Amino acid sequence: MPALIAIAPESRLVGHHRPWPRAVANAAGWIAVTETLADRQRTLLGLWGEADAVHMAVFDEADGTVGVISLEGLEGNYPSVARRHPPALRLERALRDLTGLEPQGLPDSRPWLDHGRWTLRFPLGEKAIRPAEAVPYKFLPAEGESLHRIPVGPVHAGIIEPGHFRFTANGETVVRLEERLGYVHKGIEGLMTGADLGRALQLAGRTSGDSTVAYAYAFSRAAEAALGLDIPPRAVWLRALMAELERLANHLGDIGAICNDAAFSLMLAHCGALRERVLRAADAAFGHRLMRDRIVPGGVVADLDEAGAAGLRTLLAEIRRKFPALVDLYDNTASLQDRMVGTGILVPDLARLYGAGGYVGRASGRAFDVRRALPYPPYDVLRFDVPILDQGDVNARIWIRIREVEQGLSLIEQILDQLPPGPTRHDVADNGEVREGMAVVEGFRGDILVWLRLAGNRVDRCHLRDPSWFQWPLLEAAIEGNIVADFPLCNKSFNCSYSGHDL
Amino acid sequence: MRRLLFESLIRPPLTEAAPRQSDAAIEELATAVDRSARRRLGRSLSIRAVDAGSCNGCELEMHALSNVFYDIERFGIRFVASPRHADVLMVTGPVTRNMAEALERTYNATPGPKWVVALGSCARDGGCFADSYAVIGGVSRVVPVDLHIPGCPPPPTEILKGLLALLDQADKGARAS
Ligand code: SF4
Repeated sequence: MPALIAIAPESRLVGHHRPWPRAVANAAGWIAVTETLADRQRTLLGLWGEADAVHMAVFDEADGTVGVISLEGLEGNYPSVARRHPPALRLERALRDLTGLEPQGLPDSRPWLDHGRWTLRFPLGEKAIRPAEAVPYKFLPAEGESLHRIPVGPVHAGIIEPGHFRFTANGETVVRLEERLGYVHKGIEGLMTGADLGRALQLAGRTSGDSTVAYAYAFSRAAEAALGLDIPPRAVWLRALMAELERLANHLGDIGAICNDAAFSLMLAHCGALRERVLRAADAAFGHRLMRDRIVPGGVVADLDEAGAAGLRTLLAEIRRKFPALVDLYDNTASLQDRMVGTGILVPDLARLYGAGGYVGRASGRAFDVRRALPYPPYDVLRFDVPILDQGDVNARIWIRIREVEQGLSLIEQILDQLPPGPTRHDVADNGEVREGMAVVEGFRGDILVWLRLAGNRVDRCHLRDPSWFQWPLLEAAIEGNIVADFPLCNKSFNCSYSGHDL
Repeated sequence: MRRLLFESLIRPPLTEAAPRQSDAAIEELATAVDRSARRRLGRSLSIRAVDAGSCNGCELEMHALSNVFYDIERFGIRFVASPRHADVLMVTGPVTRNMAEALERTYNATPGPKWVVALGSCARDGGCFADSYAVIGGVSRVVPVDLHIPGCPPPPTEILKGLLALLDQADKGARAS
């Protein structure tokens, strides 16, 4: 971050921002930092707004530092980041929908989250009342001989979340996919404003149901950073235990579901059984199948007893016994390999440009895992590998998950072996001050960022950035040139969150 | 390797090793749902899932109904791809303003007799999202609801129990549209 100050020399550091620095810059400094994104010296971690301020979190891969740069006291607009750095595009369209601030030079002026149906405009800015009426949305044109369009959604055929996909195809081949999201926008950040820590945590844990642990984890760490609060050692380890169980359950579910989309339901049956075992063991250990609302600011509210720990060890033994045969099955089934290998390739260059996290990035050569890049306890003392591949196809995204299942089993075992005794929660004192905090946590899907400003124990502003923001756009790129019938495979191998993205 | 796996499939999997009490309860429950469905509809029950704004937690547990532990398909309860084939719309989430029209149109596309199950705390009254500018509220604010299954998310067994209650209620003619 001193480097960031060097780029934006007129900026001043904000004193109450933890753990990484935040600097308030002028427009020239903001543009200078934008340029470092465009020429790839830094990676965009997040971009969000308030009524008269915008903030951008950036990561410097070279020295592993994070910094936030802000513009404050804005009068209705600020220099667009997406103008120079496309990964910011949807973030800025959303930012404008929510705050009313105009990103000057934004290459796409269409709304993103606001479908023209809310009771008001600019809910996080100068609110403006508007009668609810849908605004027609102009999809990008695709012209050429014998092209046809296939609109899909928002209600899909399976049990999945709602979103709209507009395919333009030439025969069987997809020449363009355009996503339209925002259908499950619940206004979570609006509800956060003014909420006490308890309610805010509840909302954070319901941003994306499959990542409820990771969100509660990130939110709690951000709040603790702001408050300067330490948590008991046992809570530190229990949090990681829950996070690894969540990752395990989701990866198992995904491996089965992706294969099922290639009509190989045998894999779904076996992986689904293992996933169910994980959920049951989690329920027995922590009292909830998804371990929701178990991580809170100050620690955790569910302790692990001996029966719970024994259940988890039984679980590890069972997965270790059964999983290798499934991996063999995956690897040795020619018809399955035929569908997976070479399908939906995301080139490493794009993954890097977009800062794609999770298996999407790691299957396309981006060696980024928050647990390693910005380690938080207890990952600083746990032993694990971060698997990386660079083929970028559906097959690679499956293999990353397979390797992470194996790593997860080892991590869970290490945690059970080293779990320290003691209390699991510290009280959160209300000091009445305005403080800011931030955290990045590795969920199963990738890096989840939470930034917040607390006034005492109330949330003044909280931003939650799902990894999907930087993965959804890449799905559009990965599907190009594939056949329509392979879209379910590609989509499932990305498994982006709708709710986490729409908020 | 495949032969090995297929063999393990041919042998009763999972249920073979000392079924736990809860597994027996699940089986009983699912059989009861099936019986009621046949009595009421003369055939098995088709469910169409509609996410009207959920966090996706409820969908995860709906998915779990199809895993080998619950395996609801063996009782003829199926999730179908089109509302045209559905008897039951299983709706999750607080209904967001951006999804209300899609939900309504899905409901209208479903032929009668049909029932609507509101799944999860959010689907009852909007849950913790109720006061938002972007949320209409519970499912019943948009389409008539026959049954609500509580939980955040409701575990698979609770969903099965709910389906049974729905069919009992329908049997008594309490409500059918
Ligand atoms: S009831 Fe709970 S799990 Fe279901 S959609 Fe609402 S918050 Fe998510």
